[in-house]
Amino acid sequence: MSIETISLSGKKKLVSNKEMTFLERLYLVVIFKGLIITIKHLFRRKVTIQYPEQVRERSPVYRGQHMLKRDELGRENCTACGLCALSCPAEAITMVAEERKPGEELLYREEKYASIYEINMLRCVFCGLCEEACPKDAIYLTTSKVLVPSSYEREDFIFGKDRLVMPLDMAMKNAQLKNAN
Amino acid sequence: MDSTIIIEKSVIILAVFAITMVMAMYSTLAERKVAAWLQDRIGPNRAGKGGLLQPLADGLKLFSKEEFTPDTPNKFLFLVGPAIAMSTALMTSAVIPWGDKFHLFGRDIILQATDIDIALLYFIGVVSIGVYGIMIGGWASNNKFSLMGAVRAASQMVSYEVAMGLSIIALLMMTGTLSLREISAQQAGMSWNVFYQPLSFLIFLVCAFAEANRTPFDLAECETELIGGYHTEYSSMKMGFYLFAEYANMFISSTILSVLFFGGYNYPGMSWAVENWGVNLANVIGILVLFAKICGFIFFFMWVRWTIPRFRYDQLMHLGWRILIPLSIVNIMITGVVILRGEIAAYFGF
Repeated sequence: MSIETISLSGKKKLVSNKEMTFLERLYLVVIFKGLIITIKHLFRRKVTIQYPEQVRERSPVYRGQHMLKRDELGRENCTACGLCALSCPAEAITMVAEERKPGEELLYREEKYASIYEINMLRCVFCGLCEEACPKDAIYLTTSKVLVPSSYEREDFIFGKDRLVMPLDMAMKNAQLKNAN
Repeated sequence: MDSTIIIEKSVIILAVFAITMVMAMYSTLAERKVAAWLQDRIGPNRAGKGGLLQPLADGLKLFSKEEFTPDTPNKFLFLVGPAIAMSTALMTSAVIPWGDKFHLFGRDIILQATDIDIALLYFIGVVSIGVYGIMIGGWASNNKFSLMGAVRAASQMVSYEVAMGLSIIALLMMTGTLSLREISAQQAGMSWNVFYQPLSFLIFLVCAFAEANRTPFDLAECETELIGGYHTEYSSMKMGFYLFAEYANMFISSTILSVLFFGGYNYPGMSWAVENWGVNLANVIGILVLFAKICGFIFFFMWVRWTIPRFRYDQLMHLGWRILIPLSIVNIMITGVVILRGEIAAYFGF
């Protein structure tokens, strides 16, 4: 095979620079061909996804908004070790650790917990390194399946524990599922 | 002249005005919808059911925009530009026969604002004034892009009007009249002019695209090169007038194409309908048929817009002067030979 005839895509087409005939110079034939091509698209299936009503199907490992997990008893997993904040390349995570008091054993799994846990969603690049760094299986980006919603104020993008911790009913549902199995 | 004819004509003029406005308004929606469909999208569908209120929302937006006037020595001309564009776009609809006639209150009502016998000349005249709106607006904007757009529009209009006029001459030789009403009446049944004058139709169609400043001849606007061309400096409703005039022009061009070449309000079996169903019903159907033809042409305008890229400027001039004008002259000669074939045969003694 010589170099002139190689075509990896199979679509190689030699461009000719020949003089066009009078009929070709009128462009009518090619315009008609083009019209046929465009009218075919009129009846094609539309590719638009109407976002708020329809949501594009996501990969099972899609990294969305973070979630601080609870265990089967509804206790927060996080022990405020700070490894997630340390691993975060965008430095989006801050937290304040506090010691668990007697009587709070059903709220927090470990002796130490995060009294304040904030993620700045404008800084976050959703790389998932916090999830990998976490030794307690506390933070996950793949479970929430939601995008971070838009807002008008920059302050609204600093998510505290009120928006990050897994809702209690979700933890209860998980526990029921586990018991059923 | 009695007062009834004044009332009658006022009603018709009002109706025609309203219809032109509504058609132009909904052409903007249709344009966006057709564009979306041809590109495998859905298009605007949030305002009203299926986006039906979108033109109103667009109009409201244009009204609420800041009215900006550039620092130009020609403030008056800057205002006159969109006014001319808009009024010429609306004036043309005066001579179009929307139907044959209604028989109401014991009198025949002609469905036409005015039946002048030089309607076709009037149409070409008014359309060629339309370029002044673009030229004056572009000149008064005091902006090099606007001026470029205006210059291009002017030379394009002048070039394509020649071919347009010549293509109509061939038609006139056949019909023998300039009155659009008579031209419509001659095409009763299925004897549409497009079957007798296909070349003339083709040339007129191409020129209509150029006159309405539609792609592939939208050299005057061309967003990519001239940032909107002649209406770069316009904002708010002055801009809206230019855009509206463009859509009104498209509507009028489609109407003229339907009337001249596609039989106007005529449909097969119209005379039968007049006898059996009465004049009024037959003509209501006729009006609907005319509007179906017009909508078909408007769709064609949009369809072509999303098919063909814009011509280069030299290609545009080449097509106008070196292809369309010779073709239309040849067409005139062929028409003449066909009309005079008896005399020619007699002259040569066949």
